[in-house]
Amino acid sequence: MARLIIRLERPDAGNIYYKGDDINSFSAAQLKSYRGNVQMIFQDPYSSLNPRKSAVSIIREPLTIRKIGDKNERDEMVMQLMAKVGLSKEQANRYPHEFSGGQRQRIGIARALVLKPELIIADEPVSALDVSIQAQILNLLKELKHDFGLTYLFISHDLNVIRNMSDRIAVMYLGKIVELAANRDIYSTPMHPYTRMLLSAVPSGDPKNKNRTLSIKGEARNEGEKGCNFQNRCSYKIDICAQEEPPLKRYDQQRFCACHRGGSI
Amino acid sequence: MPRLLEIKDLRTVFDTAKGRISAVDGVTLGLNSGDTLGIVGESGCGKTMLALSIMRLIPANGKIVNGEILFSGQDLLKISSEEMRKKRGSEIAMVFQEPMTSLNPVLRVGEQIAESIRLHQKLHTKEALALSIDQLREVGIDDPEKLIRDYPHQLSGGMRQRVMIAMAMSCHPQLLLADEPTTALDVTIQAQILDLISTLKEKNNMAVILITHDLGIIAQAAKHVAVMYAGKIVENSTVENIFDHPLHPYTRGLIESMPARCAASSDKGNYLKTIPGNVPSLYNLPAGCRFFDRCTSAQKECNKEEPVLKEIEEGHFVSCWKYPGNIN
Ligand SMILES: Nc1ncnc2c1ncn2[C@@H]1O[C@H](COP(=O)(O)OP(=O)(O)OP(=O)(O)O)[C@@H](O)[C@H]1O
Ligand SMILES: [Mg+2]
Repeated sequence: MARLIIRLERPDAGNIYYKGDDINSFSAAQLKSYRGNVQMIFQDPYSSLNPRKSAVSIIREPLTIRKIGDKNERDEMVMQLMAKVGLSKEQANRYPHEFSGGQRQRIGIARALVLKPELIIADEPVSALDVSIQAQILNLLKELKHDFGLTYLFISHDLNVIRNMSDRIAVMYLGKIVELAANRDIYSTPMHPYTRMLLSAVPSGDPKNKNRTLSIKGEARNEGEKGCNFQNRCSYKIDICAQEEPPLKRYDQQRFCACHRGGSI
Repeated sequence: MPRLLEIKDLRTVFDTAKGRISAVDGVTLGLNSGDTLGIVGESGCGKTMLALSIMRLIPANGKIVNGEILFSGQDLLKISSEEMRKKRGSEIAMVFQEPMTSLNPVLRVGEQIAESIRLHQKLHTKEALALSIDQLREVGIDDPEKLIRDYPHQLSGGMRQRVMIAMAMSCHPQLLLADEPTTALDVTIQAQILDLISTLKEKNNMAVILITHDLGIIAQAAKHVAVMYAGKIVENSTVENIFDHPLHPYTRGLIESMPARCAASSDKGNYLKTIPGNVPSLYNLPAGCRFFDRCTSAQKECNKEEPVLKEIEEGHFVSCWKYPGNIN
């Protein structure tokens, strides 16, 4: 999905609108400005940075390509950003392999910010990082969001991280959104049976609280079968679930769910 | 009676172009039958090498240079490689992080399990295949007669891990080493695999060493926990002590920085607690305590000499100069 949003790939069907305009019918100029406004932070800080460029040139590159500012202005901007993401001046001329995973992720974040974007797609930005480094990067992302007024599309498989980072949450199962709601609603009153199973499966992080509220069963079925994708694992299955795929329905202002039994279980 | 497993001052080193590193550096720990010991630590701290040392399967450029690994009182480092080979699979078995790398891609699932059974029991292929079917049913596979005819690539990640567990369990080992058994899996599948390991453990009174970097899994599944940092165990105690009464500053930092234990909110004000700095490289360790430069309670003596693991309270081992028991 992230690759579709940054237009690395085109959808087979459907549209993506940015401020009301379909991104797949952008003019060249619109696309250029869109590609500045929407930036991506990748999962793997090892493979997403050019190994032959120094930290400072990696971060500066989008400015150079777009010929923004003169050399001094660019360097000034890059130095400010490096300080902001917690990299020191002395590290500016080092190469990616001389940095730890967390530091490389900081370089990737600084590069994503250098064009002053509005929207950041963060694809599993901490899942490749050491446990003791994850919290540092999550805090940095929060701070930057506040200071630069950013919007994040934050992709993660870790429900504890999602809970700590998001305002609204979309739960996906086999390529489809099954539930979309405000953070507190997802965790306090999950509606979709998959969301419930997911929440019950997440370890609580507390050895005194090991009991699950729900039983966890089954495996993802094959793609392309009829009816609801989750029917083979669902305890609430009724006849229609085997026949028709449930559409994502709106339940209130902020709440959507794709389940034939939505609201009644 | 001796404990099932008792490791004393184990050191496993690698000789590399950049010099010698100690991937496992003086590890001491013990485990009883029927218990689960969780080993938690960050990437590169030596968890896998510790498990492979117990199996005597470390990579060729590595060697065990010191220590004892007592299994039911017998030192595994003193027996012949033939005797060790017999123990692997029959008394001690291991499940690896990436099941695809340890399954043979051109053998059907049934043949693989039957093979591993026949390594340790004199059986005809047919009998071994029948046992494989039983074993697959044991690990929660509904239709084992069908599954034995599949090749590994036809299975989902969760199924493959179940097959690996079935193979590991086929000779009823007394000790199961599970190295990140669920890391590549979806949380709902992870939960099922952890439940399965725990059920098998109860049923067979087996001991389990569960290796993970995920503290949530540790809290869920372990009875005792050893926390590793840069090749060493820095704290070892019951899971309750580790989570509710951690003594080592590193353990405390890890527990406090868990998103699961922080309030839910995306607000700027709601920051996670963090451990400053980075994990040191084994090629370039700080003097004295390895956690020194990241430690918020470091004192000036801490970078003079390395602390050793000591029993600070009953059943609670910590390696930190903060605790008076430790200052000689
Ligand atoms: N064959 C080898 N030669 C040299 N060094 C090695 C070799 N295998 C492992 N190491 C080093 O030994 C240390 C411990 O590695 P190990 O695989 O045990 O880490 P780990 O704790 O299991 O990490 P992870 O969580 O990433 O699996 C690492 O620093 C690693 O780089
Ligand atoms: Mg490992």
